[in-house]
Amino acid sequence: MMSRASVATMPPMPPAASEPESARTAKVLIRNVEFYYDKFKALKNINLSLRDKRVTAFIGPSGCGKSTLLRVLNRIYELYPGQRATGEVLVDGENILAPGRDLNLLRAKIGMVFQKPTPFPMSIHDNVAFGIRLYEKLPQSELDDRIESALRRAALWDEVKDKLKQSGLGLSGGQQQRLCIARAVAVQPEILLLDEPASALDPISTQRIEELIAELKSDYCIAIVTHNMQQAARSSDYTAFMYLGELVEFDETERIFTHPKERRTEDYITGRFG
Amino acid sequence: MDVYARRRFANAMVMAFSVVATGFGLLWLVLVLWTLISEGISAITPALFSQMTPPPGNSGGLLNAIAGSVIMTLIATLIGTPTGVLAGTFLAEYSHRSRFGEVIRFINDILLSAPSIIVGLFVYEIMVVPMGHFSAWAGSVALAIIVIPVVVRTSEDMLRLVPNSLREAASALGSPRWKVIVMVSYRAAIQGMLTGVMLAIARIAGETAPLLFTALNNQFWSRDLNAPMANLPVVIFQFAMSPYADWQVLAWGGALLITITVLCLNIGARLIASWSTFK
Repeated sequence: MMSRASVATMPPMPPAASEPESARTAKVLIRNVEFYYDKFKALKNINLSLRDKRVTAFIGPSGCGKSTLLRVLNRIYELYPGQRATGEVLVDGENILAPGRDLNLLRAKIGMVFQKPTPFPMSIHDNVAFGIRLYEKLPQSELDDRIESALRRAALWDEVKDKLKQSGLGLSGGQQQRLCIARAVAVQPEILLLDEPASALDPISTQRIEELIAELKSDYCIAIVTHNMQQAARSSDYTAFMYLGELVEFDETERIFTHPKERRTEDYITGRFG
Repeated sequence: MDVYARRRFANAMVMAFSVVATGFGLLWLVLVLWTLISEGISAITPALFSQMTPPPGNSGGLLNAIAGSVIMTLIATLIGTPTGVLAGTFLAEYSHRSRFGEVIRFINDILLSAPSIIVGLFVYEIMVVPMGHFSAWAGSVALAIIVIPVVVRTSEDMLRLVPNSLREAASALGSPRWKVIVMVSYRAAIQGMLTGVMLAIARIAGETAPLLFTALNNQFWSRDLNAPMANLPVVIFQFAMSPYADWQVLAWGGALLITITVLCLNIGARLIASWSTFK
């Protein structure tokens, strides 16, 4: 048990010995996190750090826990009774898993985009305004500016600027997903969690989303779950390979894809299983 | 007979029986409508909507009964809709497969199929007897008790159809639970919920038994909610059973009126269900 855990828990870049340093540079520090769906243990002793202004990809076969791990980071799992996480997730040094955290404030700081586009049944304008209005009372002109800049950041502005009053449901799948990204960006979060954001999209939309991720990287700490390995290779700086609820290997993306240390990682990225 | 001929034969048989069964069902509906229209159409006159229910042998209309029905249906809807929507919200959004939620859902289903005469008797016991007289309030409460389970059920069902991903997306923006429900879930489910309310109104529009024990009837124009109030179903009941020809004609007219109203409510419900709010 111990030996396996020690491989999995090795913080990748700065090795275990210099963990204090990683704690300083990491935006998010995941420590000994375990996760349960009722009695089923879906994450086993995960240790990982996410750096600011970098993209970290979580890859692995279906059911390996990569989405679960992402859902721990904004505690969205708390919507469902019976799901719980143990361990620590430090965001800027503060443990967000600690009891008594205001989850709504926490989530306002950590944006999330889901696998399927989830536009709300309201106009494009109101979709983006939804999150802003929750925490800020802006005069109309300022609100409009924020919405425009969010839509521009999501590379959607030119396509929707003449139909902001129309429903978000009328957009194409790729546009809807970019609307969701705009909505997440509009509340000015510090961290963006992307849960397979392109898996339901066509290749052209996927490419746009990837370009967008590269764009947004300069401002956010981004974590992306994907089961598309090319996507992980193209758009991330660090990659975590997970298998059966364990973190098998975590390293710079280039190294994971060229010189993986673990046999299982190599098998997975070369397509021998998964 | 080869296998294909056998299949064709079986197919023809099943189709024939289905068509006959459908025709048998529709036949009664058509006969009911035909009888209603042929007997009732002559009663649909301006007087029907402008005069009070007459004593036997006099001419008159159903104005007081129509007004009474509208008033009591309205009050019942005003009581039943918020209660039903909130209870449905609890079941769909908060109770999460809890035992308590299951029990409530089960009881609601029983209430949904409870004979309306029992609802009438119940309200008679808890309102009419203590108050010492029949009243429009009692009638409205009895109708509300019929509205509530219908609205609970449709609200819950419609809210359950709202994908969880939508709730997650709203929560992930930092939205508190109640705002997720009001701003996102309700908006996504509004059509179905409205449809449910319309169907509930259609359901109570023709209920007689609960009113017989509660609002009773009133021959005169009355806006006093503490007094008995005229209403279409009970008037129809009373007039149709009477030996007076002119009362019987009015009863047919009232029956046709209710049928048309229910038909319109159902068509309205279908229209609402089909329009997409956000084209």
